[in-house]
Amino acid sequence: MHIVDGALSAPVVVGGAIVAAAGIGLGLKRLSMEKIPAAGVLSATFFVASLIHVPIGPSSVHLIMNGLAGLVLGWAAFPALFVGLLLQAVFFGFGGLLVLGVNTVNIALPAVIVHYACRRGVASGSPNRAALWGAVGGGVAIALTTGLVALSLALTGDEFLPAAQLVFFAHVPVMAVEAVLSGAAVLLARRVKPELFDALFPEVGHA
Amino acid sequence: MPDVLDGDRDPSAIGRIDPRVRIVAAVAFAVAVVSCRDPAALGLGLAAAGGLMLLARLPVLATLRQMIAMDLFVVFILVMLPFTMPGDPLFEVAGLPASRQGLTRAVEIALKANAVVLALLALVGSMSSVTLGHALYRLRVPENLVHLLLFTVRYIDVLHREYQRLRTAMTTRGFQPATTLHTLRSFGYLVGMMLVRALERSERILAAMTCRGFAGQFPLFDEFRLGGRDWLFGAGILGVCTLVVTVEAL
Repeated sequence: MHIVDGALSAPVVVGGAIVAAAGIGLGLKRLSMEKIPAAGVLSATFFVASLIHVPIGPSSVHLIMNGLAGLVLGWAAFPALFVGLLLQAVFFGFGGLLVLGVNTVNIALPAVIVHYACRRGVASGSPNRAALWGAVGGGVAIALTTGLVALSLALTGDEFLPAAQLVFFAHVPVMAVEAVLSGAAVLLARRVKPELFDALFPEVGHA
Repeated sequence: MPDVLDGDRDPSAIGRIDPRVRIVAAVAFAVAVVSCRDPAALGLGLAAAGGLMLLARLPVLATLRQMIAMDLFVVFILVMLPFTMPGDPLFEVAGLPASRQGLTRAVEIALKANAVVLALLALVGSMSSVTLGHALYRLRVPENLVHLLLFTVRYIDVLHREYQRLRTAMTTRGFQPATTLHTLRSFGYLVGMMLVRALERSERILAAMTCRGFAGQFPLFDEFRLGGRDWLFGAGILGVCTLVVTVEAL
């Protein structure tokens, strides 16, 4: 979900940049140099995962997986997803330059929210229970992202309101897809390598 | 795909300019273009971006295709704008009146978005991602963000190949993507497996780094020096920005 330059009003763009900078700062504070390799490789994984196209009927959607990114990366999802968006903008021309802040917030803030809401469920309990929490996180993250995109547009002007609502409803199937996918990914990771969910922040016990 | 992410091309006119100047120029150009509303100013901006593309010697057709490609939802919003923005009716589609103001707004957004993206691809997209990282560091972007960027860039290609290996393995076992629960579960396992392997790979990377005496600091070697040509180029971009804003003010 890349918003382009020129669509949003200046206050929304500036506000997004400020929130993104704060989020990136918080994420970086938790990333010592020893954790950079893990964060970088995981960030590259989410970049590659976003290239996967899943068929929905005659069309297809590409994955975002920001819920899963939040579960694995926590606050580091902010810098990690920002790096992904920056590379996509600079080298592939997706999205825009000045809207990078807004786009980062729209993708990374839901990731962090999912981290706080679902991480305990994903990291403890039986793998099946964890998969259920993973599915909830995956679906909720996309719902929040779509909601934030709609909000960025709605704050810009009323003329975007109908389109923003339609975009939200058009993404309901995507929420379902990401929910099932995240659930399955969590199930596999919990069975094969449960440390994945506290690789970056083993010492922090979140609520 | 990810070979786009590395390798400086042979030095074009823009390739010889200091990377820091190019990054700052791209931001300044974006601010100038986005602040305008007049179609003439925006058209001038798009033309200037086209000129930059030629100076950077980017492949013209491929670059224009990258420029025009937008997320489907953005296209959708632009198409809807004439119908959702109140104003003087211009034409009707199936009984729905389209306003002139809405159409102008949609054209304005499309011009801005394309001008910014084209200039960005020409100025910044034409440098290697490693150069981008080092230039950002010299522009005082936090060090660990730069290293996160460099690590990400380094492993996108590696992991993309791993992804293709896993997909080949799935295809060999008869997997065909369709709109089924089985497809979604399989893709989920695929992503999960990639994450597991990524984490194990990062453990090996850190072990190899520690073994070679890594003590919490990465050196960043590139030194840049601003020459006369860089100042001239910077002034040129600033001139273009001023011109665009002046046309807007007229």
